[in-house]
Amino acid sequence: MSEIFTLALVFSTIRLATPLVWAAIGGLYSERSGVINVALEGLMLAGAFTAAAVTFYAGSWFIGLIAAVMAGALTAAVLAVACIRFGANEVVAGTAINILFLGLPAVLSGALFLSSGSTPQIPQENLIPAFADVSVLSVLALAVTLATWYVLYRTPFGLRLRAVGENPEAADAAGVRVQRIRYAGVIISGILAAVGGAYLSVGQSSLFTRNMAAGRGFIALAALIFGKWRPVPTMLACLLFGFADAVTIQMQGVAKLPSGEDVPVQFVQMIPYVVTIVVLAGFIGQSRAPGALGVPYVKER
Amino acid sequence: MTRLDSWGLTPLLRELRFPLVAVVAAFLVAGLIVLILGDNPLDMYWLLVGTAFTWPDGIGYTLFYATPLVFTGLAVAVAFRCGLLNIGAEGQLYVAAFAAAWVGIELADLPGVFLLPICAAAAILSGAIWGGIPGVLKARFGSHEVINTIMLNFIAVALVSYFTQYHYKVPGDPILQTAPVGEGAHLARLGSIVPGLPERIPLNLAFVLAVVACGLVYVFLWKTKWGYEIRATGENPGAAEYGGISVRTQIVVAMAISGGLAGMVGINEVLGYRHRYYDGFSDNYGFTGIAVALLGRNHPAGVLVAALLFAVLQRGGVQVDAFTADVSKDIVQILQGLVVLFVAAEAMFRFRIRPAAERVA
Amino acid sequence: MLELRGITKRFGRVLANDHIDIRVAPGSIHALVGENGAGKSTAMRIAYGFYTADSGEILVNGRVADIRTPHDAIALGIGMVHQHFMLVPPMTVAENIVLGAEPGTAASLDMKAAIAGIRALSDEFRLAVDPEAPIETLSVGQQQRVELLKALHRRARLLILDEPTAVLTPQEVAEFFAILRRMRDQGRTVVIITHKLSEVLAISDDITVMRDGRVVGVLSTRETSAAEIARLMVGREVLLRVDKAPATPGGVRLQVRDLNVTGPDGSPRLRGISLDVRAGEIVGIAGVEGNGQTELIETLAGLTPRAQVTGRVTVGGRDVTRMNARERREAGVAHIPEDRHRRGLVLSFSLAENAILGVHYRRPAVAGAGGVMLDGHGIDARTDALIRDFDVRPPQRALPARALSGGNQQKLVIGREFSLPPTLLLVSQPTRGVDIGAIEFIHRRIVALRDAGCAVLLVSAELEEATALSDRLLVMHDGRIAGEVDPARATSEQIGLLMTGGGGQTP
Repeated sequence: MSEIFTLALVFSTIRLATPLVWAAIGGLYSERSGVINVALEGLMLAGAFTAAAVTFYAGSWFIGLIAAVMAGALTAAVLAVACIRFGANEVVAGTAINILFLGLPAVLSGALFLSSGSTPQIPQENLIPAFADVSVLSVLALAVTLATWYVLYRTPFGLRLRAVGENPEAADAAGVRVQRIRYAGVIISGILAAVGGAYLSVGQSSLFTRNMAAGRGFIALAALIFGKWRPVPTMLACLLFGFADAVTIQMQGVAKLPSGEDVPVQFVQMIPYVVTIVVLAGFIGQSRAPGALGVPYVKER
Repeated sequence: MTRLDSWGLTPLLRELRFPLVAVVAAFLVAGLIVLILGDNPLDMYWLLVGTAFTWPDGIGYTLFYATPLVFTGLAVAVAFRCGLLNIGAEGQLYVAAFAAAWVGIELADLPGVFLLPICAAAAILSGAIWGGIPGVLKARFGSHEVINTIMLNFIAVALVSYFTQYHYKVPGDPILQTAPVGEGAHLARLGSIVPGLPERIPLNLAFVLAVVACGLVYVFLWKTKWGYEIRATGENPGAAEYGGISVRTQIVVAMAISGGLAGMVGINEVLGYRHRYYDGFSDNYGFTGIAVALLGRNHPAGVLVAALLFAVLQRGGVQVDAFTADVSKDIVQILQGLVVLFVAAEAMFRFRIRPAAERVA
Repeated sequence: MLELRGITKRFGRVLANDHIDIRVAPGSIHALVGENGAGKSTAMRIAYGFYTADSGEILVNGRVADIRTPHDAIALGIGMVHQHFMLVPPMTVAENIVLGAEPGTAASLDMKAAIAGIRALSDEFRLAVDPEAPIETLSVGQQQRVELLKALHRRARLLILDEPTAVLTPQEVAEFFAILRRMRDQGRTVVIITHKLSEVLAISDDITVMRDGRVVGVLSTRETSAAEIARLMVGREVLLRVDKAPATPGGVRLQVRDLNVTGPDGSPRLRGISLDVRAGEIVGIAGVEGNGQTELIETLAGLTPRAQVTGRVTVGGRDVTRMNARERREAGVAHIPEDRHRRGLVLSFSLAENAILGVHYRRPAVAGAGGVMLDGHGIDARTDALIRDFDVRPPQRALPARALSGGNQQKLVIGREFSLPPTLLLVSQPTRGVDIGAIEFIHRRIVALRDAGCAVLLVSAELEEATALSDRLLVMHDGRIAGEVDPARATSEQIGLLMTGGGGQTP
């Protein structure tokens, strides 16, 4: 087994966990404000496609990243308006965003690059730089986690965000503008998830491919729940899930079951999901969601 | 007439106006995207819709595409009537399809009279169990069905893929699919029954089953005491409890029925179409089912109509790919996403009812 | 300090405030009194910007103030402690207090300064609150003091307290009043909303009495008496005369012995309740809301999870303690719930569908025992009979229940429950939110049911209704039965004394 647990595995874990951390920490802002965000997947796809397309034209990953951030913010704003302003069911609206971004990148890449579903290859020198195999965005993911901890517990905005997600009526009575905080939470989630998506297309890889997020948005959601909606534990959960993924990849063709078969990757893939269900059922400590998660704040006037 | 009114039809008609507006809005926005990309939206819509109504291919394929959507739409609708959001139809239908294939392979030598119903029952039952799990988790632990169904989707996909890859694949087959099921498990294609419909079109008896299922779900929900209990629970759990209805039981029952309906997709896919389990066969049927149910106002008649609409789009998408310069068939997915978004946020079309002063707040 | 002029506020059909004028003098404690639903809370929520008035104006310190949100009210030096605390349970005391008015900069929350400031305030008013404790670890009384601190921390000059003593023990009430007096003596103004007369007399300087959304009296505490306030609060003595013959009670129909109920959080809600209701009599339960009446009725109806209940309940000699709601209904127990929107009706269902709630599994809703299919003809016939016998208007069985007025909704519920037919009727707030015509109708039907030999247990927060309808009247306080009176002879002072916990304990 020693050939599996190497330094390469550590780097592989970091690589695979990076997009999860961005998306999960993004989801944290939305969910802490009380808005369920199942659209992380779609938001990642929006970021991934925009980053790849813009980097291809502009020749600069930085401009691509900025564009991805704007696309994520815009998409999240649509979600926020639907849910907060028009009272759409948050899960249904989030699902709509996910469906939309299965189609939209494909149609756009068809129109822009005459290929159904992927962007052209981007030259290596235009991709997000990495040092010693660790991407800039991986380092920033750690920074963003710590910053989120600071924002959440050490700034007025964080205090309001938490209050709005727990008890919007109390926050309102204290003079906090509930809807504004919720808009901010959802839009920040769009920005961060889009960065995670950009990492997929112009960091880890060198082009956008169809459905590139491949469920990572949902794993991020699982990590958020496993991390009990707290920044550092959420990041650790992402690392755990990334590690599971890395081990699976390393094991391919190397490790064998006693029966001589390959270790089925599917069981390792299932881990995050099973863990989430178990945690939600209360078997591994209580994971208490923000008190007002998924509850629209409508008041009689 | 009054009796019909009191059991859900007139309210349905009254409710249909907002979905209609939402569909129109989705078409307008998608049309705008097409226009920006440099194609003529009218031409595209003509391709999209027009090709669905040719005989026999257009209609045959449209009804074939509609079949799974009717099942998943009904699945989401039944759960929703109980106040539950079943995001897990996708996982339920994978488990069910595999179960149908598994039984069809293991008992391949049984004659059709036995094998076909057993395979169908396996699909429904396994879907019901997979759907029932989040129901039990909610009733027992209070954990939210949305997260659990999402998670169970991924678990289902991984589980079924494992069994296919390691236990039921024909050795040497490059495609991730199981061995074929026994002949007895084949569901007749409608081409062998309906004159003028060629047998190469995969439309099969599962479509008839889908239409029947619509009728049965309607009768169940509005004409039986069990349906009454599910609807009462969904509309007002406090009142249901007061009326001597166990809310926990209803949650489990509704999720199981929902899963069973989603599982019927396996009948169409495995018994009626491919005659084997093909990994990753679902074209997001489970998620499109949410759109179908939402658009159909969680009513079986509405579900049937909405499923047909989405099937028309899907059929047309192939043509769009072939005949337009800049727009691919994925425009269909955009349309679906927009429809769901607009239907969910339909309050935006109600703005005139609310006085301006209230909207400021 | 604060003046409301001609404030009017409507919620749908209900006129909650009808051109009310309230003047609160600076540096005083002003009591706003009235029965449940008189419009006291609405008026003060308008002053705090939680609701906006349809018409009228608010003056603060003599100037017209434009208060649209709590944010505006806070800026004008108004603080409010709501009946249901507006606190965020997982957050600490200090976090709750600074929320919305955080010290420090946008980039850095200065919690150290906040904690020091809160500690100083807490000491000044002798509140003994630890700023760093999470709210969820505090007792209800401590949480209330956090609410006070919240207002004080924002330098509120005027404090509005909505039913502040409802959740306090008598000892806590005494401490609490001492705090209020200290605040007044420092020049702050206090408005206290209450319906407990003893408290009004003990704490206030001036009194405004409200009834049915109107101000019906402005009094000085020194020059008035409990009797006068009570008369103003209740008013219209003539209106509620229920013609009923003396009861002719038969055998014991409902027997409750040593019933204890805990809430989902484990706190006691009912403490050792024992009572009997005989066939052919109406036993009323009076009391301030939230003293266990809701739990008593819900438990008797089989709606409380069994793990939370101990004791023994029999109906007609049969032990029903372990029966669920359906089994109890089968045993002849009808239940008219206090909140018909939460319990009694499915508002989106048609009248016909609502007419079978609770009996939807048996005849005539389904044909024959064990039947599965609903019987449209049977349901329609039942609905039509119910609409006719209980004068439900408009008489259209396909209409959703939501389309009916409160009175007609209530008649639908009553009709359904009466046609079980019951041997025991549990009825809670039978005429809440019901128009006057329907009130009389409902009262007559309840008395008629009694005369037909049914046992009736009636809970009403309207003292007048409870005394008019009941043959015997029990008073509940703090989850216990505080005493029994003869409704024909007892004065409202006597009953009020029992309602507030036996009397004499409040300062």
